[in-house]
Amino acid sequence: MEQFLQQIASGLANGAIYACVALALVMIYVSTDHINFAQGEMAMFSTYLSWQLMTWGLSFWMAFIIAVALSFVMGVLIERLILRPLHNAPVLSIIVVFIGLLAIFNSMAGAIWSYLIKEYPTPFPKSSFGIAGVIGPHQLGVVLVTLVVLGLLFVFFRYTPLGLAMRAAAQNPQMARLVGVRVDWMLALGWGLAASIGAVAGIMVAHIVYLDPNMMGGILLYAFASALVGGISNPAGAVVGGFIVGVLENMVAFAGNQIEKATGVYIIGNGEKLTVALIIVIFVLTVKPAGLFGRVVVKRV
Amino acid sequence: MADLLEVKGLKAFYGQTQSLYDVGFSIPPGGITTLLGANGAGKTTTLRAICSMVRTDGAIRFDGKDIRGMATEEIVRLRIAHVPEGRGTFTTLTVDENLRIAAYTRKDKAAVQADLDRVFAYFPRLKERLQQQAGTLSGGEQQMLAIARALMLKPRLMLLDEPSFGLAPLIVQEIFRIMRRINEEEKVSMLLVEQNAALALDLATHAYVLETGKVVMSGPSEVVKNDENVRKSYLGY
Repeated sequence: MEQFLQQIASGLANGAIYACVALALVMIYVSTDHINFAQGEMAMFSTYLSWQLMTWGLSFWMAFIIAVALSFVMGVLIERLILRPLHNAPVLSIIVVFIGLLAIFNSMAGAIWSYLIKEYPTPFPKSSFGIAGVIGPHQLGVVLVTLVVLGLLFVFFRYTPLGLAMRAAAQNPQMARLVGVRVDWMLALGWGLAASIGAVAGIMVAHIVYLDPNMMGGILLYAFASALVGGISNPAGAVVGGFIVGVLENMVAFAGNQIEKATGVYIIGNGEKLTVALIIVIFVLTVKPAGLFGRVVVKRV
Repeated sequence: MADLLEVKGLKAFYGQTQSLYDVGFSIPPGGITTLLGANGAGKTTTLRAICSMVRTDGAIRFDGKDIRGMATEEIVRLRIAHVPEGRGTFTTLTVDENLRIAAYTRKDKAAVQADLDRVFAYFPRLKERLQQQAGTLSGGEQQMLAIARALMLKPRLMLLDEPSFGLAPLIVQEIFRIMRRINEEEKVSMLLVEQNAALALDLATHAYVLETGKVVMSGPSEVVKNDENVRKSYLGY
């Protein structure tokens, strides 16, 4: 039983990370109809920034705040300088740009900080965080931090005029212009926010997966699965999807371990977690492409 | 008094295709002007040209200022409200949010609530539906929402693109009554594009007739209404 609860708790912690990255993907998707394949690498780069700041002597949370802010600027600049000139380009060109960005960030991080795997600290003290036997201090901290971030985002989009303008611009750009919303800037802001959320996810997960230029590769796949489960066009769905995927992958591995213990036959275990995510992707795309909470897009032709 | 909107020698292009050749008209402050014409004559394009939504050439002056080529969102900020063809509803936002987004650019945030109340006086039905997703409203209600949203910009000029489109005659009458009230009470000038020429000529003080991207006739509504060609082509008697 204790083991079961532990698996759920660590699933929730992982799920919180997936939820953040999935949300970043969805935020860009709803306003541009594109999946930013470089989202994970951008988050990785932000995590390195925070690591660098810490080695220069800043505290964890100082480095966290500055790295998140720098990521915001980075996101805005990428939209303004790289994607803006391409706004009438065919989809394929934009995908190539995303893949280019992925490669650039990956090799830039490698060139600056080397490909050696680094340890990354946790800011959550053992003494005051965690519940013994159920959830570790870092895991609980990750869940709390993501919940705060998600809460802030919810308040921003739901209750502030700027948040409303961003939603309007994503939903109906032409009409948004006709009520005076500067749609181009809303798009850039969306990129900035997505980069910031990614940074939070990267910084939170680095203690678990360690810091290296390829740390976000698997996580981006999980996040993609999460976004699809929740419905790629639904931010709240992406968050729920993140937690579902996080818990589900652990449950599958847990069930596999139990079966192995009982019967001695190995069917599935920790090694197949990523496979679970990919099966989810294929399953959702074939059976329910709109996801659990997504709207079915009907196009008149 | 100087004209609020003055359009001269307006040309418009969709890519390589030219759809307006020489459109010129003016709107006095507080007046209602209508553009009549058959399908494809360039009525909607003219409205879109004023808001810089298509490539244009010529002169568009609003309140003495040349606005041609300015960004759409900057033109809107001069308080020109465009009620587009198809109503432009933000379908996934609530009715309340649809109205508030129009006040986004306004500096006088304190007056916004008072304006909301005034808008509800014109369209009480919207008040009942405030928290409903705007995409679930009926066609007539969405048209009301579109006009209400335009009002929230505190417009000096409203561009209305076929407010009667796809609506039952009773609803159309109601909406046109409200538009007349808005014009009188809010002193908003209007440029109205309509297929329903009889209705438009009743509401408007001035009319311009467009044919294949050119103004072929203009004058006070009374005069245009009694023109033989207009009667035959657009009024059907």
